[in-house]
Amino acid sequence: MGRITLDKVRKAFGDVEVIPPLDLTINDGEFVVFVGPSGCGKSTLLRLIAGLEDVTSGEIRIDGTDATHLSPAKRSLAMVFQSYALYPHMSVRKNIAFPLKMAKLDQAEIDRRVEGAAKVLNLDSYLDRRPGQLSGGQRQRVAIGRAIVREPSAFLFDEPLSNLDAALRVGMRLEISELHKRLATTMIYVTHDQVEAMTMADKIVVLQAGRIEQVGSPLELYRTPRNKFVAGFIGSPKMNFIDGAEAAKHSAHTIGIRPEHLIVTDEGGTWTGKVGVSEHLGSDTFFHVHVEGFPETLTVRAGGEVNLHYGDTIHLTPDAAQIHRFDAEGLRLA
Amino acid sequence: MARAVTTQRKIVFTALAWIIGLAIFFPILWTILTSFKTEATAIADPPVFFNFDWTLENYRVVQERSDYMRYLWNSVALAVGSTLLGIIIAVPAAWSMAFVPAKRTKDILMWMLSTKMLPAVGVLYPIRLILINMGLLDSKTALIFILMMINLPIIIWMLYTYFREIPGEILEAARMDGATLKDEILYVLTPMAIPGIASTVLLNIILAWNEAFWTLTLTTVNAAPLTAFIASYSSPEGLFYAKLSAASTMAIAPILILGWFSQKQLVRGLTFGAVK
Repeated sequence: MGRITLDKVRKAFGDVEVIPPLDLTINDGEFVVFVGPSGCGKSTLLRLIAGLEDVTSGEIRIDGTDATHLSPAKRSLAMVFQSYALYPHMSVRKNIAFPLKMAKLDQAEIDRRVEGAAKVLNLDSYLDRRPGQLSGGQRQRVAIGRAIVREPSAFLFDEPLSNLDAALRVGMRLEISELHKRLATTMIYVTHDQVEAMTMADKIVVLQAGRIEQVGSPLELYRTPRNKFVAGFIGSPKMNFIDGAEAAKHSAHTIGIRPEHLIVTDEGGTWTGKVGVSEHLGSDTFFHVHVEGFPETLTVRAGGEVNLHYGDTIHLTPDAAQIHRFDAEGLRLA
Repeated sequence: MARAVTTQRKIVFTALAWIIGLAIFFPILWTILTSFKTEATAIADPPVFFNFDWTLENYRVVQERSDYMRYLWNSVALAVGSTLLGIIIAVPAAWSMAFVPAKRTKDILMWMLSTKMLPAVGVLYPIRLILINMGLLDSKTALIFILMMINLPIIIWMLYTYFREIPGEILEAARMDGATLKDEILYVLTPMAIPGIASTVLLNIILAWNEAFWTLTLTTVNAAPLTAFIASYSSPEGLFYAKLSAASTMAIAPILILGWFSQKQLVRGLTFGAVK
């Protein structure tokens, strides 16, 4: 079981309020991702749940019991840190066994569980090495192994992949998702990378300045962002925002249109512009288009094999069903 | 970019370094040489350097006149005892300062250091009177405690510097893994800080070994370490230079050897944290 409830949880460092009172429920077995720009308080929120920081006021309940003032050790949560935080003076085996040793399990049981975790994570042949002799990906696996042997009621991940290179990141992302499917244990995952959030989460919590901007499934957030911030943060490349007369036509202060919802035609079209820089990814091409009267370029997604060059004239039509409308405060208009 | 240094400059600086090094080492060299001379040669004018009849007479006399081993044992007990006691107190203290600093932690550290600026003689009488009243004058236990107190600021400062280099996340991981505060310090922090603790221990053994003010003023016979052993040969009258030198050589030899073999560890310890 791993149901975590935050009730008016607030955190202040001195006079600086980093997390204004916040409510959130994380259901048992859910994969929840906290996402937001750096400094949005997502890591602090995770550390409050872990018990590594004290809450200023409010209540944290884990499986119905008040855990607000419990020490981290007593919350039955396991954490994977960004820096892996392995014990450099212990072998991989001892690293993984450490939480079990602290729980005073007998040696036979410790060995059984360590072997089990090592097998799951393909670490069998590294058990007697020191963390310093492992690659980044292997270290991250050891950190995960150390977390799973305890069979905690929830896992906390604090930007676990940001120290890995891009290729490894994709691989580990899949492994963590796989692990979640197999263990069906609650996981809370902090990242600033919206791709990780979109691909892994059952539920995404978008944070800004310590406040929850929106909670929802990845597709809910993509389709119906509650405000301009969420709209701009979720989705890659980022949504195009247009103010002024064009927005007024849709009786909004700002309209947002995603790069994938702009249709390119040879003639006609709602807007006409000139192709600027283009980014070829092979499968897709992203064009940055200068439209007359717009202060910023529009990003347009097109297929991989599009024959458009710098300076070419291009005609764009937004998909009418996919226009997001926002008021002057940036809130979504129904 | 490496700075270009001409050969000429290199020679000049090397020579200068040697001259300064020898000037610093000269008193020790002279003491060792004198210890092998007769009392007459020791005060010869002009002084004799190497061309004298080498003798072990002084060492024999010193050994006969006083029990070197007892002084040596006292020195070892005081130096090691006070250092270990200091470490036991300093590890938790440095842990709290490095990992859970409060608003005034820096001030406490500075205040601790400031006690080192107090002339020791300023508190001689209060301490001496306290020890007399407690019947602890000339006691090793009391002296271990006092030497520990004197060096504690340095021990805490050194450990604090080392602990600051240890990423806090590792200690947090231990906490998440169910380690109590004791487990965290015993199984995670201390093993990781072993190099730092080792050089702190070495430096403090040397400091305690060489401490002369308190060991001379608070001991008479039972607790007297090698500093008192040397002092017993300094006499206003008579010819004792050679014997004094022999006694000094015997007193500094153990720590000199220890220092020689642990040079690397010591230098690392003293410069740790200087370059990040």
